[in-house]
Amino acid sequence: MAQDGTARHCTALHCSAWHCSALHTTHDPLSCAVHPQSNCIKTSKYNIITFLPVNLFEQFQEVANTYFLFLLILQLIPQISSLSWFTTIVPLVLVLTITAVKDATDDYVKRCQLPPNSTALSLCSLRQEQWMNVRVGDIIKLENNQFVAADLLLLSSSEPHGLCYIETAELDGETNMKVRQAIPVTSELGDTSKLAGFDGEVICEPPNNKLDKFGGTLYWKENKYPLSNQNMLLRGCVLRNTEWCFGLVIFAGPDTKLMQNSGRTKFKRTSIDRLMNTLVLWIFGFLVCMGVILAIGNAIWEHEVGVCFQIYLPWDEGVHSAFFSGFLSFWSYIIILNTVVPISLYVSVEVIRLGHSYFINWDKKMYCAKRRTPAEARTTTLNEELGQVEYIFSDKTGTLTQNIMVFSKCSVNGHSYGEHKRPEPVDFSFNPLADPRFQFWDPSLLEAIKLGDPHVHEFFRLLSLCHTVMSEEKSEGELYYKAQSPDEGALVTAARNFGFVFRSRTPKTITVHELGRAITYQLLAILDFNNIRKRMSVIVRSPEGKIRLYCKGADTILLERLHPVNQDLTNVTTDHLNEYAGEGLRTLVLAYKDLEESYYEEWSERLRRASSAPEAREDRLAQLYDEVEHDMMLLGATAIEDKLQQGVPETIAILTLANIKIWVLTGDKQETAVNIGYSCKMLTDDMTEVFVVTGHTVLEVREELRKAREKMMDASRSISNGFSYQEKLSSSKLTSVLEAIAGEYALVINGHSLAHALEADMEVEFLETACACKAVICCRVTPLQKAQVVELVKKYKKAVTLAIGDGANDVSMIKTAHIGVGISGQEGIQAVLASDYSFSQFKFLQRLLLVHGRWSYLRMCKFLCYFFYKNFAFTMVHFWFGFFCGFSAQTVYDQYFITLYNIVYTSLPVLAMGVFDQDVPEQRSMEYPKLYEPGQLNLLFNKREFFICIAQGIYTSVLMFFIPYGVFADATRDDGAQLADYQSFAVTVATSLVIVVSVQIGLDTGFWTAINHFFIWGSLATYFAILFAMHSDGLFQMFPNQFRFVGNAQNTLAQPTVWLTIALTTVVCIMPVVAFRFLKLDLKPELSDTVRARGRRGWARGGRPLPWGSLTHPPVLSSGALHSARAEEAEDPAPVHAARGARGLPPLRLRLLPPGGLRGAHHVRQEHAAQLPGALQLQRPAQRRLDRDPA
Amino acid sequence: MKNKTSVLPQEGEARPSRCPDNSAFKQQRLPAWKPQLTIATVLSTFFVTGMLCLSVGVCLILSANSVREFQIDYSDKCSDCSELRENSSNWNKECHCSVNFTLEEDILGDVFMYYGLQNFYQNHRRYVLSRSDAQLLGENVNNSYCSPFTTYQNGTPMAPCGAIANSMFNDTIDLFYNLNSSVIQVPLLKTGNSWWTDKNVKFRNPKSYNLSSAFAGTARPPYWQKPVYLLDEEDERNNGYVNNDFIIWMRVSAFATFRNLYRRVSRIRQFANGLPAGNYTFNISYNFPVTKFKARKHVILSTVVWSGGSNPFLGIAYVVSGAAATLAGFVITAIHLKLRKRKTCFQK
Repeated sequence: MAQDGTARHCTALHCSAWHCSALHTTHDPLSCAVHPQSNCIKTSKYNIITFLPVNLFEQFQEVANTYFLFLLILQLIPQISSLSWFTTIVPLVLVLTITAVKDATDDYVKRCQLPPNSTALSLCSLRQEQWMNVRVGDIIKLENNQFVAADLLLLSSSEPHGLCYIETAELDGETNMKVRQAIPVTSELGDTSKLAGFDGEVICEPPNNKLDKFGGTLYWKENKYPLSNQNMLLRGCVLRNTEWCFGLVIFAGPDTKLMQNSGRTKFKRTSIDRLMNTLVLWIFGFLVCMGVILAIGNAIWEHEVGVCFQIYLPWDEGVHSAFFSGFLSFWSYIIILNTVVPISLYVSVEVIRLGHSYFINWDKKMYCAKRRTPAEARTTTLNEELGQVEYIFSDKTGTLTQNIMVFSKCSVNGHSYGEHKRPEPVDFSFNPLADPRFQFWDPSLLEAIKLGDPHVHEFFRLLSLCHTVMSEEKSEGELYYKAQSPDEGALVTAARNFGFVFRSRTPKTITVHELGRAITYQLLAILDFNNIRKRMSVIVRSPEGKIRLYCKGADTILLERLHPVNQDLTNVTTDHLNEYAGEGLRTLVLAYKDLEESYYEEWSERLRRASSAPEAREDRLAQLYDEVEHDMMLLGATAIEDKLQQGVPETIAILTLANIKIWVLTGDKQETAVNIGYSCKMLTDDMTEVFVVTGHTVLEVREELRKAREKMMDASRSISNGFSYQEKLSSSKLTSVLEAIAGEYALVINGHSLAHALEADMEVEFLETACACKAVICCRVTPLQKAQVVELVKKYKKAVTLAIGDGANDVSMIKTAHIGVGISGQEGIQAVLASDYSFSQFKFLQRLLLVHGRWSYLRMCKFLCYFFYKNFAFTMVHFWFGFFCGFSAQTVYDQYFITLYNIVYTSLPVLAMGVFDQDVPEQRSMEYPKLYEPGQLNLLFNKREFFICIAQGIYTSVLMFFIPYGVFADATRDDGAQLADYQSFAVTVATSLVIVVSVQIGLDTGFWTAINHFFIWGSLATYFAILFAMHSDGLFQMFPNQFRFVGNAQNTLAQPTVWLTIALTTVVCIMPVVAFRFLKLDLKPELSDTVRARGRRGWARGGRPLPWGSLTHPPVLSSGALHSARAEEAEDPAPVHAARGARGLPPLRLRLLPPGGLRGAHHVRQEHAAQLPGALQLQRPAQRRLDRDPA
Repeated sequence: MKNKTSVLPQEGEARPSRCPDNSAFKQQRLPAWKPQLTIATVLSTFFVTGMLCLSVGVCLILSANSVREFQIDYSDKCSDCSELRENSSNWNKECHCSVNFTLEEDILGDVFMYYGLQNFYQNHRRYVLSRSDAQLLGENVNNSYCSPFTTYQNGTPMAPCGAIANSMFNDTIDLFYNLNSSVIQVPLLKTGNSWWTDKNVKFRNPKSYNLSSAFAGTARPPYWQKPVYLLDEEDERNNGYVNNDFIIWMRVSAFATFRNLYRRVSRIRQFANGLPAGNYTFNISYNFPVTKFKARKHVILSTVVWSGGSNPFLGIAYVVSGAAATLAGFVITAIHLKLRKRKTCFQK
């Protein structure tokens, strides 16, 4: 900084102002020595030098890796070592290397993705600085449309009175502009020289996450100036409509309110990860048990047999008792049985997930051509959890909607315009000031204006006057509107095109071009919009001197405030309003009122007094506003469309069918949120009831929630009389009753009520109520509340949650949920940076979950099952052999086989299955959303499945040992020599093991691509190639003590008996599996089996991909899944019911949706030219987790 | 999804660089074989496997039954000897005994003579490891692989070293045919009984002008009666490390009960067709102590067929598996038929 003369001022300033970060009272200049908080937020972990030690240190923090290191050390003790050191170190090094490469890549990628930290801006107006170099106490200059780099105290700006406008969408999701004002004494400091003389000191509150509060004091020139949030520019905001401004950095980097609000980054683990860790611990326990059994066996054996055998095999030095020998043998067995805890498990899982992530990145169907953004899996560790999602928390603005408002319909004086659409948009060429982008399709409205309909004129006059839009006219006729909210912008633009052009405003006047005539209205008062009033008004004096109040606002509020003479008109307009709302449009009612001069004078006098009142100012103002906005005359209503993103209702419909609950959490106001809820089909008119919770106190909220629950209970009681006796249900039982609620309900809750509902004593009540509803909408929520809601569901429901959003206000929620998805939209990239997955359209979510997530889950589960199976089959053979070799920890296999089994002979086929397997084609996942269910219920890999795999592995190992044992004992080769020598036995068992597990992976692989073929056959070929190489003369002559199996392969594998043994083992190991699999498929087929079989049958006939012709059930079903379920229900409920009954599920219920209610479900089906008159929805009243891991 | 994406304007624009490739691999559309367990494949698999297993099993049983085998446990037949051998200090006292037996019928074909040991843990880990293949390859190396039988206390290395070599079976068994009170020694072949690779690759004597000098500076293992270069004084190519009996012993068994090939009956003179029926005597020089560690030893005469010796296990196992597979095939058919009725009902 101290480079030239002027810069020194800045340094001085540095120190003087720096106390603001030493926020706690101290004025001690020494505190300057402490480094102020840097603005840099560091996200990468390594650099080139630290990489190796840090990464190794991290890796050895993993329990598994430490365990293998421990094993390695054990193996170096000669008395214990039952295996050569390389059997452990080779896999360990391989695993560490792969992980290190992956970590390095991840870290490198992260480093490259930090655009906000690299933006340059002017600092102290002296030099450009990187964001990361901004320090607390610096004064920085911001220019229009720049992001605010840190939390700043506004000092001065280009606008009069030190005003500046900011957009806080990144922060709280609200898209309207907000005004901030510098305190008068600093607003004079308009240029650098004056600023250089500024040496004030700020004492303020410590860093916190409250976005709307700030308290502090500026000490300058012996004066104190109070500071409030009104003076602050927070990091993440964007400067708008202001050429430049200066600000003093108060909080930087992690202290900023944005970062404080974003929650702590947690390391996310999937439920499979947690289950896997539990299972690995169990396996450890199992390993120790086996070790103990064999150690006891060893002690007994040495005591009974070994002690006599000492003439030929004396005990090792230092071993004086059978007991001690048993103790050593325990450790020896821990070494040779360690392969039950598969060392390559974690790294294989990582590799598979990486593969799945690439498939997501490569998916052309999740590529948005308009924005040129492909989908991106930003973390590679969560993929399979995408197949288990039960709750989706979605932001609204920018996620469900495009955040583009369009004036679409209006009702003026009982006449609705915009209904009849013409092919051509209305021609606005008569109006030179018209916005060419505006389009309206109903010419009758323009005709009404041209005919001079006074109501229509007054309607548009209101729209052109009653707003807070700013205009900017760069050149004559080139108008730009800066609206606080896109709604207002849309309305004013509509008025502009219909000939009522809002031209400019001053604090006291508004100039409007009415049909070519410039008219300046005197602006007497603006009655602001707020959330309680839900309306805004202006009072203007026309050039003729008439005073008129124009008001626009929410229908619920405004219709009550109309003059009684409006009754007829009100009825017609209400009909129109309902119609509009039903279409998901955002409506506003417009009204006006003429004011008497005298009344106005008196009222404005009272207003002036109220606004300068020291206390209860807000209330008194509200009262005055309330008084004047009364007995108004109805003008009409507007309907604005907040365009939904493409495919949103379809996506929501499909996700709902897949049993995923969708909650919308938005910062928007309630009406808007509800409207969007309707338009994206989350809320429907045939819902039994939509509960709205708006209470302001704890009691009110509790009461509202209780009422909602009671209504639901009543309804379900009236349906099933069974409940009538259970009036008094304990709260724990309440849960189950509420989960079985019949009918469709929705809950809408306001932010202030949510604050109460989320308190510790009410959160369970709230959650139960909310979860009983089909749709939940939380409006006016803060970013932290979003996270709290997600946290609540995570805490009590033990379900996988997914949060999706696009703005900085969604970051905390994205970080809290199990899976965070960022929409790379118009609101910057904060959400994307915090997310685990990102793409640019909400509709891609269905593909991410139903296709990629489902496949990932399926593949991961199949992979894990097989992986545990193959390791148990491999390792347990040693256990059985222990009983025949004096428990001496002799291995069955050659040590090279042990080294290579997991990393060479059996790794690639299972990886190929884990990466490429597909049970049903991707289209089917969309057609049959029910296919998603096994993931949610955790059916494919859970403790039960694990035990089945283990049992299969143990079964295989038993046969793998005892069949060769039976054959080899006392047997001779066909040339008379002994057959049962140790080395031949080892080769026979190893070969049959490799063949059996290869056949098994062949059975498990459902999707044999060329790669699978290559890997499976290649692995077998590799096995034999390595076998013969290891047993070759050359290697033996070089290292006779290492390659002792010389000549073994050709001598053993030339024996017909050996091959007959291998064949028998394979048959006996595989046939029962085939039988069980087939019977399961035949007796209780999973939906995926049915779908797969159907697809296959169609394919076999060589015709269309699916034999839809056979699906000619009367009302064609939305999916064949339902077909089979329904059909079985109708014809013979036994199989499905028996299956479900066994799982403890209530029977299926079917419900007909109205036509078109399920657009999403059949859009793929349209390819098959099936017209769908209606759609069946399959639903289970309650969704219960069957075997969910409690962790 | 498909039709929607194609609507998006892509043709006219320059192809965006970030657009993923439309390759079958990246879009997961690789052509693939999707096998599924259908009733046809499963049943045919079961029946075919069942039949195959049954027929293989029957063949195996038939051929195993054609094997003639004769076995004598002689651990206690010479009771003095076994007691004598329990004390290792008597290692150089000779002890002979003879075991008489009668063959009721001829044993035709190649006849093999085995010694069998029971409860001798050749597969114990420390035992298995205790050998030096480098030494047996004629390389004069001293290494720790042989522990605990590496060197004597005075530092003289053992040749061959290690527990396996030390415990080598050292009974000599001769077979005599008692024909009309005349005793004819049955000619036995002691070479050609081991694997070719063992004889020619794995074992090699140290290079020197004669064997005894090749082993100069080494001593015999403690339990041996003679040094390694005197194992077969008649045949230079069957002496030292390449001695057949030694090679066979060094190929350790997988289990505690095993039999090793000892001699083959040379098919000459009376024995051209095998061993004729009649009275025989085994003349055994009893050197190998087994009673001390509760082991047993046998001498076995046997013929072989293509599937090896007389072990019936494989044949029986095949028959059982074949029967089980066939039975399972029928069970599956029954279950499936019962279910199929329902299926056809609703498919109409």
